Amino acid sequence: MNRSLRLAPLLVLTAAALTACPRRPAATPPAPTVNQDSIDAANRARDSLAALDRARQDSLAALDRARQDSIANAQRLLGEARNAITAAVYFDYDRSEISDEARGILDAKVPLLSANPGLRIRVAGHTDSRGSDEYNLALGQRRAAAAKRYLTQRGIADARVDVISYGEESPAAQGEEESAWSQNRRAEFEIVAGGESIAPAARP
Amino acid sequence: MIAYFSSRGARAAALLALAALAAAPAGAQDTTSRPGVRIGLTYGGAGKPGVAVLSATGIGGDSMTAIIRRDLDYGDRVTIVDVSAGDAVAAALDARAPNYALLARLGVAAVVRPTLTATGVHVALYDVGGSKVAQVRDFPLTPPGLAPDWRLSVHAVADVVEEWITGTRGIAATRVLFVRDGRVHVVDSDGANERAVSERGPALSPAWHPRGHLVAYSTFGPRGTEVVVRDVAGGAPRTLRATPGGLNITPDFSPDGAEVVYAHAEESGADLVAVPVDGGPARRVTVGRGTDNVSPSFSPDGRRIAFTSGRPGHPEVYITDADGTNAELLTPYSFGDQSYRSNPDWSPDGRVIAFQSQLAGRFQVMTISLRDRSVKQLTNEGSNEDPAWAPDSRHLVLASTRGGVKQLWVLDAESGRARQLTRGPASRMPAWSPLLHRMP
Repeated sequence: MNRSLRLAPLLVLTAAALTACPRRPAATPPAPTVNQDSIDAANRARDSLAALDRARQDSLAALDRARQDSIANAQRLLGEARNAITAAVYFDYDRSEISDEARGILDAKVPLLSANPGLRIRVAGHTDSRGSDEYNLALGQRRAAAAKRYLTQRGIADARVDVISYGEESPAAQGEEESAWSQNRRAEFEIVAGGESIAPAARP
Repeated sequence: MIAYFSSRGARAAALLALAALAAAPAGAQDTTSRPGVRIGLTYGGAGKPGVAVLSATGIGGDSMTAIIRRDLDYGDRVTIVDVSAGDAVAAALDARAPNYALLARLGVAAVVRPTLTATGVHVALYDVGGSKVAQVRDFPLTPPGLAPDWRLSVHAVADVVEEWITGTRGIAATRVLFVRDGRVHVVDSDGANERAVSERGPALSPAWHPRGHLVAYSTFGPRGTEVVVRDVAGGAPRTLRATPGGLNITPDFSPDGAEVVYAHAEESGADLVAVPVDGGPARRVTVGRGTDNVSPSFSPDGRRIAFTSGRPGHPEVYITDADGTNAELLTPYSFGDQSYRSNPDWSPDGRVIAFQSQLAGRFQVMTISLRDRSVKQLTNEGSNEDPAWAPDSRHLVLASTRGGVKQLWVLDAESGRARQLTRGPASRMPAWSPLLHRMP
């Protein structure tokens, strides 16, 4: 197309504009009709999409929180279960009888052991440093055996509980006074198998 | 140590010399010797005969002389009179005719003259009271290159010399097993050559075979304790009897060396059991019915066993026949006593049992006579435990805190003299060997 042809419409429009330019205002064409309903509907749709999106984000966040809480809760429960199973019991001087306080600590182990048949534990008996080192090995054995008997009498299988004595050879506290001795006259409990996941105790 | 000899020896010599000058010798005869061996020592005044040991010349001569002097001193039956070069005693013996009169005035009852030879040592014993040479003998010594065994052979010479003079063979050629830092150690009777003999891993309560070539002790495993036996010369320890866990502690060999008796416990109290040394089925000895029975010690004739038992509600020493019958209380107590007696050791001559007894919050070592059940207290300083008799039934080794840290001390039950055997980290649970080297 040659230049003169392209310019032609422009010339025509310019001429029309010059000739059509009114000396007095003409009537404005009517404005297009505003469809408020459509606008409202569009806004509502946009709002509800945003709301849906927010709701989706909220519920994802809530799920995540719940999951975190659940994990933390499970870890807490596992920790509590482990603590209950490994809590030590203490004894009077030269005795191997289970005291009332020891009873309570042992009672907390029974339901956990019952609910987790894969759990195996080892009970280690210890003494304070008074008395003969050799006789104390036998006393430590007697303490561990007494703690084991308490558990097996309440339904825990014999083969799940090992017994060992350290006598006075492995004290928890050093010192030649009752504050140290009382910490050493003990039976300790160690999980030797099945401790990775511990199901909570069944409700009675 | 030489300074100790010279001050004691000089004082003894001075006293004896004075006594000799002041009055004719009382002519007290040595009454402890056996017939046929006695050399008829006569010595004036009360106390032990004065013995001078001359220094041997040559390489190793000084060490050998020092070992012999110390062994005779540690035997507690003679008083060592110090001899220095150029001394009156040495001078009195230099002449072909020794000046016995002068020696007697110096308080010397016997003179020991060792001379190193190519294969060992030549020893002459001069009996001053009898004015004659009483004994002359050549002893072979293990070559000095094998240091612990060389010392042992010198100790064996000292033991013969002691028998020449006093009629009783010495106990220098022995060793003591003990526990330190969770391992079994051994030390010569004079405190030399202390070394570990068990591998790392808690080991307790070592015991000697009556022939001295094997030792037994208990070790900790993951499922309990076990009794192991090993050759003293080395080699791997062998578990005496494999049990799947449980408590297996405090072994003691029978005097004929055929069995090991030890305490075994599972879940209802510890009882003594006997197992053949080479392994085999266990024979039950005590029937404790849930009480604890540990720390056995055989009588020298093998017929009875002393042990610690908790059957009266607290530990006491009991004796039983070796088959477990006729168990009876040995250490009497009154009802309500806070008593605690344990760790018995039967003397090799069968006459007394040493044990530890709790007094005023500490332990002391006591002996009780099998003849009349009379009790004698042997210690009172610090806390004293784990008594173990030497083969002469007169000396014993025990673990004592009298010096602060618990160490082994050798005690002469007759005179009360105590000497420290171990130093350094804490030591306990000693066991005295039989004679490990005897000159024929």
